[in-house]
Amino acid sequence: MTALVFSLREQPMQRLDLSPLVPNRLANLSPAEIQRIELQTTRQRLCVGDVFRVQMGDAELIRFEGGHERLDRIGYGMERGEIHVHGDVGCQAGRLMNGGKLYIAGTAGPWAGSGMKAGLIEITGSAGDRLGGPLAGETAGMRGGVVIVRKDAGERAGDRLRRGMIIIEGDAAAYAGSRMIAGTLIVRGRAGPLPGYLMSRGTIVLAEGSNVLSPTFADCGVHDLLSNALMAAFIKPYSSELAEFVRTPLRRLMGDMAGVGKGEILYPPA
Amino acid sequence: MPQLNANGVRIDDTFAEAFAMRATAVIITAPAVRWARQAAQTMTGFATSIIGCGCEAGIDCEIAADATPDGRPGVRVLLFAVSTTELQKQLQNRVGQCVLTSPGSACYAGLEAEEELKLGNALRFFGDGWQISKRFGDKRYWRVPVMDGEFVCEATTGLTKSAVGGGNIVLMGADAQKTLVAAEAAVASIAAVPDVIVPFPGGIARSGSKVGSKYKGAAASTNDAYCPTLKGCGRSELDADIGSVLEIVIDGLTPASVAAAMRAGIAATVALGPERGILRIGAGNYGGKLGPHHFHLKDLVP
Repeated sequence: MTALVFSLREQPMQRLDLSPLVPNRLANLSPAEIQRIELQTTRQRLCVGDVFRVQMGDAELIRFEGGHERLDRIGYGMERGEIHVHGDVGCQAGRLMNGGKLYIAGTAGPWAGSGMKAGLIEITGSAGDRLGGPLAGETAGMRGGVVIVRKDAGERAGDRLRRGMIIIEGDAAAYAGSRMIAGTLIVRGRAGPLPGYLMSRGTIVLAEGSNVLSPTFADCGVHDLLSNALMAAFIKPYSSELAEFVRTPLRRLMGDMAGVGKGEILYPPA
Repeated sequence: MPQLNANGVRIDDTFAEAFAMRATAVIITAPAVRWARQAAQTMTGFATSIIGCGCEAGIDCEIAADATPDGRPGVRVLLFAVSTTELQKQLQNRVGQCVLTSPGSACYAGLEAEEELKLGNALRFFGDGWQISKRFGDKRYWRVPVMDGEFVCEATTGLTKSAVGGGNIVLMGADAQKTLVAAEAAVASIAAVPDVIVPFPGGIARSGSKVGSKYKGAAASTNDAYCPTLKGCGRSELDADIGSVLEIVIDGLTPASVAAAMRAGIAATVALGPERGILRIGAGNYGGKLGPHHFHLKDLVP
């Protein structure tokens, strides 16, 4: 399959909304129609042809050559196919994704995977704040699919996570898994202060613990949980090292007892 | 009755008449295969016939640790019933009372199908609010806290409406000892066939039944035509040299699996020959008017 390639001409002078550039919205469009798609977020009109050199191909496989932190909403509402970004992206990458795969070989801004329902996002760099989280006024964040961040994540990763899995191979900043409704958040590195803040349900795995753990999480002892074998089998294709880690006995902390208290943080035993 | 002959064993030119059933399957895992087998045996105890047990159930096969969802040794169990409602009830009660209670057990879907039965979705309430739902990909599991840790149970399992119950072969020998030897050989051979169970004790039924009875309220009664002590009653189907009869009843997820099991059972008994095994093989039917599946022995002889 020949990829549909968007090569960035120069650094954009304004934030751009790339949400139209997903396989399900580009299918069956002619080159001229694609060139005319408007991307601006200010009053200055900017079309695809102004920002990118376009090399036509199958819209099921889209490649962005060159990235910038002003390229927002890449993969927004994506339903199928693949998008590969060679560079950084702005905010809300993969927001409301409902299928397909989004690969970002760079850094992602805040709200990557926000409200995502299905599919896969892999970010080889770091992710900004509120990874998978809801926008203001929304009641739930990510509700399905898988997000993998190969480096660090900002504050409130997995905020109001409802379903699905977030894997962070680096560190997570403060309030990882805050207000989680359900789902699974795994941090290979160290978590910042107060992970699981006011979480209701769901699972947070912290392979290297946290700087400050809330006293509203109750120690249930060290357990070799069978469900972690199922989790390991699921995450092995994404992170084999973490898959091995979750098979080891872990300390189970119930919480957040300041709220519903049916969630858990799985913590190194010592 | 016209007969074929294979390795000296007479084979009736007749057919086994089988019925459409609803079926499901679960995989039970445990820390050791001994405990997986124990849970499966407990769950499938008293599940020989729908006549009196509500369902027919048995162990299909053991599953190696590397092929189960949680990496522990497992056993696949099949359950058959006449209605979806009854199958759901039997599944829920049997897993709830016999698998949930067994040390270290976990229970997963053993059949993928469009239609589903509740598994963990029905048993989660044992958790009294402490149960935890986990979804990994498209599979949903329930974690129910129990006294040795957690009972992990997949939310649902598959339901098939194209299962077959009542495939059978009737083994007729000179005496009880030789007939049992042949029946054991047949059961051992059928054990290797996937997607089938032989629900009677050790896979063998010695009290084959006919429909109806002279007594009110009895749906089935002894198959007098095949009882060797009644050979002189006037309607016996047994030859003078037959002194013992055993039946192997087979339930399968598909007609093809039942046919494969019957073929395996016949081959094993024929291989023994009349000296070490049985003299004649027959099959039970109701004239072909009741069951939609007819398995003709002549098509299954090796």
